[in-house]
Amino acid sequence: MTDRTDPKMPSRAERFFDSDLWWSFKSHKSAIGAAIVLALVIVAAFLAPVLSPQDPYDLAALELWNAELPPIWMDGGQMPFLLGTDVQGRDILSGILYGTRISIIIGIASVAVSLFVGIGLGLMAGYYGGWIDNVLMRIGDVLLSIPIVLVAILVSSVAQQFLSPAWREAGVAAVLVLAIAMYSWVQYARVVRAQTMVERRKEYVQASRLVGTPARRLMLKHILPNTLTPIFVAATLNFGLAILIEATLSFLGVGMPPNQPSLGTLIRVGNQYLFSGSWWIVLFPSIQLCILVVAVNMLGDWLRDALNPKLR
Amino acid sequence: MLAFIIKRLANAVFVMLSVTFLAFVIFTAVGDPVDQMLNEQATQAQRDDLRERLGLDDPFLVQYTKFVGRAAQGDFGISFRNQRDVLDMIAERFPATFELVLVATFISLIVGVPMGVITAIRRQSWYAEAMQFTSIIGVSLPSFVVGIGLILVFSVWLGWFPAFGRGDTVDLGWWSTGLLTPSGRMSIVLPALSLSLFQITLVMRLVRAEMLEVLRSDFIKFARARGVPARRLHFSHALRNCLMPVVTMTAMQIGGLIAFALVTETVFQWPGMGLLFIQAVTFVDVPIMAAYLCIVALIFVVLNAIVDMTYAVIDPRLKGADA
Repeated sequence: MTDRTDPKMPSRAERFFDSDLWWSFKSHKSAIGAAIVLALVIVAAFLAPVLSPQDPYDLAALELWNAELPPIWMDGGQMPFLLGTDVQGRDILSGILYGTRISIIIGIASVAVSLFVGIGLGLMAGYYGGWIDNVLMRIGDVLLSIPIVLVAILVSSVAQQFLSPAWREAGVAAVLVLAIAMYSWVQYARVVRAQTMVERRKEYVQASRLVGTPARRLMLKHILPNTLTPIFVAATLNFGLAILIEATLSFLGVGMPPNQPSLGTLIRVGNQYLFSGSWWIVLFPSIQLCILVVAVNMLGDWLRDALNPKLR
Repeated sequence: MLAFIIKRLANAVFVMLSVTFLAFVIFTAVGDPVDQMLNEQATQAQRDDLRERLGLDDPFLVQYTKFVGRAAQGDFGISFRNQRDVLDMIAERFPATFELVLVATFISLIVGVPMGVITAIRRQSWYAEAMQFTSIIGVSLPSFVVGIGLILVFSVWLGWFPAFGRGDTVDLGWWSTGLLTPSGRMSIVLPALSLSLFQITLVMRLVRAEMLEVLRSDFIKFARARGVPARRLHFSHALRNCLMPVVTMTAMQIGGLIAFALVTETVFQWPGMGLLFIQAVTFVDVPIMAAYLCIVALIFVVLNAIVDMTYAVIDPRLKGADA
């Protein structure tokens, strides 16, 4: 480990800025744009308590005479409600910032859970083969042969029946994360399994096994790093998908409840006022959701091309 | 060949068994049906009697076997909420969903194929790049947001199309269609558009990728050298060789669309079976939920199996493989 201190050896940051990946990023306008937009959205969402003019969860701060105010540039718009208010006098912008935060947290959590499960099971299936492999892949086949939305709706709605009222607040988010992760781990498991089966037979793994490296260490330290590139791309695209599924579930009424709204819940609530002329209640959360998902997918799209050796 | 078909069928049966198992677990997990069927004053003896008659004292596996047996005969019990036969309720709603999916598929082919061809043959032009860029957005936009946007613009602001319902329908025996009345045709435009948007981008991307591949092949180069006009070259020679995967994907996607239509149906209050399902979820009407899951999964699995098997018949490369 003396290499790290050797002055000729570039540091991690230098290696990153010298890589093909960084070069490709710099020459893709759409990737840079998407990254900037995504960074802004995420920073704004996590600074929500500082940035937003109102705490949307604080019922005492809501004033009924502020209800259904239009956005600031229309007649009747009032400061500080830049994007108007909903029927309870809740500031739309604040609601969006807090809602985006919930959407992003659920997205990240479900990707993390499915990565953990998918990589773990994929490594085991690929390394040991045999019945473990058979059972895991059959389960995966079954999950992929049923439409995703349907499974997620059923799991989420049924599991919520079992939450006791005390656990409801925290439990709903956890149920959503599991409902989304339940489907997406299969993809990671398949990729890792296929790659593991190839790597397992290579000489470096065989040699390492001969000197007595335990199986766990072989899988995690030697094989896993060689399977990560496609996983990275899939995880980015699945992050976008997870946010979409969460929004869809919340929109259908089996996701986040109205007192802890995600973007999907805001759209569900706003949808009821579509015909009363208060279009801003539904339009702005919808736009925010689209911006978020489009930015993530554009980054994922670029990443897939940039890391694909065939397109080099 | 025969082995492949048998394997494929066995796989389909296995998937269906797993789905019915899931449906059954939901069935038993959510509440005790005895509580929902009897009132508060029922005596213990009445309860035990009902348990006995419903077979709820049987072991789990026996109950599951009976459930599958009944489901295979189309008997999913009666709805908790309005005490009607579940299969009848779903059958009533099926035509609405099926027409919606059919029209959406039609739109996606009519729009997606030409867009795919254009983006492939004019790869460098600005409009091809614009279409390619829009397709990323098209994949990303949540379908319910698209639906709400369409309603906002075309119903609320412009007032061109109705925002909800199916319009007038005509009964053709057991099938009720909305395609034969003017109000029915107007009503289907927005929901079908919003359902097809994702499909359009899929078809477009697939046709583009296939076209790029075919255009590189020798027979196209030869045809070009022989002086075949560009239009005929692209649309008659090249496009024809791309259509097989498009047809396959369309067939496979129909199952997914039937399931996914439930989102569109909720936005537009379209009286299809997806809306029925979502309402059942709200009221925890388990028999309807279980039946919907089984029926949609069956359509999905059967379509996929048929597509796979047709492929095995058509594509000689699969014959030798022990896929």
